[in-house]
Amino acid sequence: MSGVRVLVGTRKGAFILTSDGKREKWDVTGPHFAGWEIYHMKGSPADPNRLYASQSTGWFGQLIQRSDDGGKTWTPAGNKFVYDGVPGTHQWYDGTPHPWEFARVWHLEPSLTDPDTVYAGVEDAALFRSSDGGQNWSELPGLRGHGSGPHWQPGAGGLCLHTIILDPKNPQRIFIAISAAGAFRTDNGGQTWQPINNGLRSEGIPNPTAEVGHCVHHVAMHRSKPNVLFMQKHWDIMRSDDGGDSWKEVSGNLPTDFGFPIDIHAHEPETIYVVPIKSDSEHFPPDGKLRVFRSRTGGNEWEALTDGLPQKDCYVNVLRDAMSVDTLDSCGIYFGTTGGQVYASKDAGDHWVPIVRDLPAVLSVEVQTL
Amino acid sequence: MTQSIRVVLPAHLRNLAGVDGEVTLDVEGEVTLRAILAELETQYPVLQGTIRDHVTQKRRPFVRFFACEQDLSHEPPDTPLPEPVVRGAEPFLVVGAMAGG
Repeated sequence: MSGVRVLVGTRKGAFILTSDGKREKWDVTGPHFAGWEIYHMKGSPADPNRLYASQSTGWFGQLIQRSDDGGKTWTPAGNKFVYDGVPGTHQWYDGTPHPWEFARVWHLEPSLTDPDTVYAGVEDAALFRSSDGGQNWSELPGLRGHGSGPHWQPGAGGLCLHTIILDPKNPQRIFIAISAAGAFRTDNGGQTWQPINNGLRSEGIPNPTAEVGHCVHHVAMHRSKPNVLFMQKHWDIMRSDDGGDSWKEVSGNLPTDFGFPIDIHAHEPETIYVVPIKSDSEHFPPDGKLRVFRSRTGGNEWEALTDGLPQKDCYVNVLRDAMSVDTLDSCGIYFGTTGGQVYASKDAGDHWVPIVRDLPAVLSVEVQTL
Repeated sequence: MTQSIRVVLPAHLRNLAGVDGEVTLDVEGEVTLRAILAELETQYPVLQGTIRDHVTQKRRPFVRFFACEQDLSHEPPDTPLPEPVVRGAEPFLVVGAMAGG
């Protein structure tokens, strides 16, 4: 029987949870890289035993770790992230120009076909790529060279490139998202990029419909429908049916449309999941009830999923990279909280159980179906 | 001339480098901050970028350099280190600054 491996990045180390296909008993290993922030871990679709992890602290900076045995052992790879050419400036919080400075890797996206190729989304926002297993990194400078870079401004968490989506049907097409610049797309393998924010409306910026400046929190795509994108913006759930050329709001009957993660059922491309958060100033679930909301209609009509989730006195957050799905016949949904729990549902969200409790604050959750 | 220099690393960097206790470095020529860090990064490449920036070579903000009860963090990189460090009587300390967390 196949199994599942859940890669959990936390504020104080990495944890790996494994189970067989029943998903009832979980083995937990870790902390790996104890004491370090693990913003993200992800496995290669081309070789599930090849894992990459982003390890950092404010003291000693950034490391990239690589495993070739599914996380049993790790080897430090390259950590030299140098912006291409003269880095230039972006806007600082007060609107003044601020030099581009590397802070950390937020997201690692392994190639769909080559275990040695992996993309890194970093703060200050830029996209890097390694084609030698993470040893050497080069910026794809066309993104910051788009021309709008000097106008990008950091969100509360920093000017971070946090979402990277590789189009499974068109290897030349990549989507990325930056907080708070917006979403961008390349159709030529990263040489040139265009903002894809038409239809987004953000009241917190001077021009609510500006080409760039939107605080996009996360974007998801189902591999069978690469032109359909779902977005959790700062506020608003958005949907695009044309590869990001235009967006429409599908927040519908959600109790609040603020939140961070968004993900899609493995076998139902119109079934999507979000975790509504009260507001941008109160990062916890409304009414102390932790509820995942599911839409089976690609948005607009949402149902609360609560069975097994705390429905009183719960004030955790779920961060943007902390939700993932498996691809077993009955799709499993997983998410981690800032309270250190990882919840799983093996029936597409109908029932939930904590598969580990009391970890450090969870930053990311990725699932591999083995 | 080669000097044997004792270096104490913080726990996270010891783990990364795979060492216990002090590290001993053979430093050629004048013993300066720059010379010690260069030899440390040569012997333990995994430490490149963790103490000072890859490109600018500037000390990371929350890393401190101590020796002989002196804070050398703000000294120019080519400043000669105290004589007890040079002759191996005292260690050179790389310290993670107390900055919460």
